[in-house]
Amino acid sequence: MDSVIEVRHLTKRYKDVLALDDVGFDIQRDTIYGFLGRNGAGKTTAMSILTAQNLPTSGQVRVFGEDPYENAGVLSRMCFVRESQKYPDDATPRHALASARLFFPRWDQDLADDLVEEFQLPLKRTIKKLSRGQLSAVGVIIGLASRAEITFFDEPYLGLDAVARQIFYDRLLTDYAEHPRTVLLSSHLIDEVSNLIERVLVIDAGRIIMDESTEDARAGATNVVGDAAAVERALHGREVIHRESLGRVTSVTFLGRLDDGERAALAADGLDLAPVSLQQLIVRLTQQRTAGRDAFAPASQEGSLR
Amino acid sequence: MIDDGKPLFVQIAEQVEDSIVDGSLAEETQAPSTTELAAFHRINPATAAKGVNMLVDKGVLYKRRGIGMFVAAGARDLLLTERRRAFALRYVQPLLVEARRIGLGPDDVANLIRAGAEPATP
Repeated sequence: MDSVIEVRHLTKRYKDVLALDDVGFDIQRDTIYGFLGRNGAGKTTAMSILTAQNLPTSGQVRVFGEDPYENAGVLSRMCFVRESQKYPDDATPRHALASARLFFPRWDQDLADDLVEEFQLPLKRTIKKLSRGQLSAVGVIIGLASRAEITFFDEPYLGLDAVARQIFYDRLLTDYAEHPRTVLLSSHLIDEVSNLIERVLVIDAGRIIMDESTEDARAGATNVVGDAAAVERALHGREVIHRESLGRVTSVTFLGRLDDGERAALAADGLDLAPVSLQQLIVRLTQQRTAGRDAFAPASQEGSLR
Repeated sequence: MIDDGKPLFVQIAEQVEDSIVDGSLAEETQAPSTTELAAFHRINPATAAKGVNMLVDKGVLYKRRGIGMFVAAGARDLLLTERRRAFALRYVQPLLVEARRIGLGPDDVANLIRAGAEPATP
C-alpha cells in the first residue's frame, strides 16, 4: 500500500513542553483515519506541521514524497479544517467558500451548494456573528467540497448537534465512496466515528501508541466478567489493561484474542465475554499509560477521553 | 446490530446471508453493492468490501463483470447447511449452560421446547 505521508523522528518542543516526542508513522493513500488522543496529546501540533503551518524542532515530514514547507504544489492538494480557524473580521461564509474555490483545484461547487442548504448556513451573515455550530459547518463544507487528496478534520463537530454531525458523517462516507481520498479525522467522539474509520492512529503524550486497522484494534481486546477466582484462572498470562471488582464479581479488560474453543471454555466456566468498544479500549490504554507515568502521584484521573 | 463482538465485516456479511436464507434475496438476483451497504450501515466502504469479498470467497456471491454482485446458485442450501451445523454450538450450548445455572436438566429443557413449539391456545 503506498503512503501519501511519511513522518520520521518528528519532535516538536515548545519551551518546556515536549508536544511530539520522536514520532514516526505513515499515512496510506485513500484511507480514512481516526487520529485520536486526549486533549494536549499532540494531534493539532502534528497536523499543523504536516500542513506546513508550523515547523518541527527536528525530524522529517514527507507529503506526496516532498517537504510540504512553502511548497505550493503540495499544499494545494491538502485541506486542513481547524477547530479554531480564524477569518477576517468582515468575512462571510460566502467569502470563505469563494476563496476556498480559488485555492483547491478539485473544488466541487455543486457539493458545496448542497451542503450549505443541508446545514442551513446563512451565507451573508459575517462569520463573527455565526453560532459555534454554523462556524463548524463552514469548515466541514470546505473540507468536503475541496475534495483535497488529503483532508484533515480537527474536531470538526464542535457545536454541531447530533443531526448535523450525522449529515457530516453521511456526506463524508458517500463522497469518499465516489471520490476516494485520504482523510484524517481527529475526534473525541470515538464511538461515533469508529465505523467510519478504516485505521486508528492514537497519540498519547506526544507518542504514537496505536497504529493499526480499526478492526484489529477492536478484536485486540476483550472484557470478561464473572466470579473473581474463575476470571483470574481464565486470564493466566494475558496483559490486563483494566480491572474492576464488585464483591466477588470481577470485570477485567485484557489484550489478546480468544479463539472459539477458548470462548466456549470460558462460557462453560460461567464467565461472560463482552466486546470492548474502540472508545473503551483507547480510554483504558491512555489511562493506563497516565497511571504508569504518575505512579507516585495521587491516583486522580482527570477526565477521560470524553 | 453493530457490536455483538464479531468483526463488523462479518456482521455485514451475515446480514446479507440472512436475506438469502429467508428468501428475500433470491439466487441469481443482484446483491447490494459495497457502496450501498456502506451507505446503509454507515460504515467505511473498505469494511463493506471485506464483507462482500468474504461472501465471494465462500461461493455465496459472484461477480458479473461490469454489472455487480449476484447471489450464486445453491447459495441458500450452502448457508442452511452451514447454519444447521453451527446451531448446536451457537444456540444449544448457551441454553444448556443457563439451564444448569438455574437448576434445569436436559429433560426439563426439552419439555420447555416442546411446550414452546406448540401453537398457542387462545
